[in-house]
Amino acid sequence: MDLENQKRVKEFTEEYGAENIVVLLGAAEGEAAGLAAETVTLGDPTFAGPLAGVSLKLAVYHICEPEVKAEIDEAVYDEQISMMEMVLDVDDICSEMNAIREQL
Amino acid sequence: MSNYAVLKGASYILVHTPDMVLHNGTTQTTEMVVNPDSEYLKELPNHIRSFEDAVNYAPNQVYIGNMTSDELGAMEFPWYDKKVEGKKEGKYGEIMPQDEFLGLMQICDVFDLVKLEKGFAADVKAKLAAHHLLTDEQVAILDKNEDDEAEIKRLVDEEHSEGLYNNGKLVGAVKRAHDVDVNLSAHVMLENIVSKASSVLALLNLIKVTGIDPAEVEYVVDCCEEACGDMNQRGGGNFAKAAAEVAGFVNASGSDVRGFCAGPSHALLDAASLVKAGTFKNVVVTAGGCTAKLGMNGKDHVKKGMPILEDCLGGFAVLISANDGVSPVIRNDVVGRHTVGTGSAPQNVIGSLVTDPLDKAGLKITDVDKYSPELQNPDITKPAGAGDVPEANYKMIAALGVKRGDLERKDLANFVKDHGMTGWAPTQGHIPSGVPYLAFARDQILAGDIKRAMIIGKGSLFLGRMTNLFDGVSFIVEANDGKTGETAGVSEEQVKSLIGEAMRNFAESLLSE
Repeated sequence: MDLENQKRVKEFTEEYGAENIVVLLGAAEGEAAGLAAETVTLGDPTFAGPLAGVSLKLAVYHICEPEVKAEIDEAVYDEQISMMEMVLDVDDICSEMNAIREQL
Repeated sequence: MSNYAVLKGASYILVHTPDMVLHNGTTQTTEMVVNPDSEYLKELPNHIRSFEDAVNYAPNQVYIGNMTSDELGAMEFPWYDKKVEGKKEGKYGEIMPQDEFLGLMQICDVFDLVKLEKGFAADVKAKLAAHHLLTDEQVAILDKNEDDEAEIKRLVDEEHSEGLYNNGKLVGAVKRAHDVDVNLSAHVMLENIVSKASSVLALLNLIKVTGIDPAEVEYVVDCCEEACGDMNQRGGGNFAKAAAEVAGFVNASGSDVRGFCAGPSHALLDAASLVKAGTFKNVVVTAGGCTAKLGMNGKDHVKKGMPILEDCLGGFAVLISANDGVSPVIRNDVVGRHTVGTGSAPQNVIGSLVTDPLDKAGLKITDVDKYSPELQNPDITKPAGAGDVPEANYKMIAALGVKRGDLERKDLANFVKDHGMTGWAPTQGHIPSGVPYLAFARDQILAGDIKRAMIIGKGSLFLGRMTNLFDGVSFIVEANDGKTGETAGVSEEQVKSLIGEAMRNFAESLLSE
């Protein structure tokens, strides 16, 4: 996750409290999604940004995960996301995301 | 067919710049500032490739036209650990080594900013004298170097100059062009002279590839991602004319077009429109390479034990000319564009760039034989977590086709295979965006292997922090039907005279009856 986004996530968490934040990812593949999820839960694994060594333990999901899909209006999801759902390896993304959440 | 502009030819060049990876790539220069003792910086020099290895790297051989995308796709992935028998000269261009390029930078510098150590300059002069595309007069510019190693070092240590390195040794410097003006600092001047010199190399190769007389080029459009100007006009320009001057395009003017990675597609549309409108007969679109992006994904490559694959600057040039009745035409009436109102949802983006123009032309997604979106080499992007960029684009086009009913979901994988290509281009921003396929497209269309290709350029405007928008334009290149616009104009007159003649004959036959 780039340094600027890490900074923004950190600031929002300080302002609104970790329990009120959900991070929604749109990464194009499992590994990238997993890295971003790790950054906002356990801390920046690359130790480069503001979240290095900072464990925010935020709720984090990828937009293509079934938990998120169930929350979104079907027509909106179809218009905005359904094409990418066909393109992305959703199973791989879900398993990477679950693996990170299991460590919490 | 109306009087479309045609694709006369394209050239592609690479410059292997291993020392610039270390000294000028922003991933590395940033690391030197924030974490100067990092493991990455210590480990990096062990992952630098030799010139021979860069030449024998299959994607680079595709870029200069010695291999095809299909041949690359048939090779077992990854490719960085496999060598092909490469050549530095290619069907469409060449790969230049760093030392010769430093000489070329001096040849392209008209403000005496590039200084080379005299011994190094003499060696490079001998090599450049053997380069078939440079004149004796140009090579003789290297005779002016009188500085020894100590003086070059002094320029870097005391005069704010940027060092030029070869095999880890300081061999030259780029001086700042102003004491205070940051836009003329040594750092900016180095980036800009590199861009100009690599653009010049592409232009010289374009002359060779197309056989065009440089004096017949009337206009040049540069579409790199740098900006030149001073503190009063940071992006004043004009790279195009500066490079045209060195390449000997004596009758050309020019201008710069910018649009991040979409710049080349915008520039090609401009060029095709200028030619179709009859404003100019021969317009060249050109771009040099970018030092900042060298080694951009280096941390991932080093971490995975790979060589630094982003060790080459890229450049290209394209000649767009008046319809010759043979060369593939640029359909600037079948144009996709990401508008302000398009939004950022991937289906809207692909819709605006791919299906909207096809609908307008009455074509199906499957009527385009080859799509040429961003053609980044997946050997570079996959280990960095960015996936296979061209493949992702093809999947998106196919998925939109499924949603529209142009193809069945089960045909998605076949569509990617049949209408897509394996990516081969270096990750130099504007360089991989649609254009690396143009020379291949021309050859394949002329050979009758394909009829129609779509070139798609996309750009991340938000990087400039002026807008959150993304951008893109696309256009179609297709086989020439042999009817040039001029013929159509003449034939209209001929038709009138034929009708007149027929009427007279008819009247005469009536009278005679």
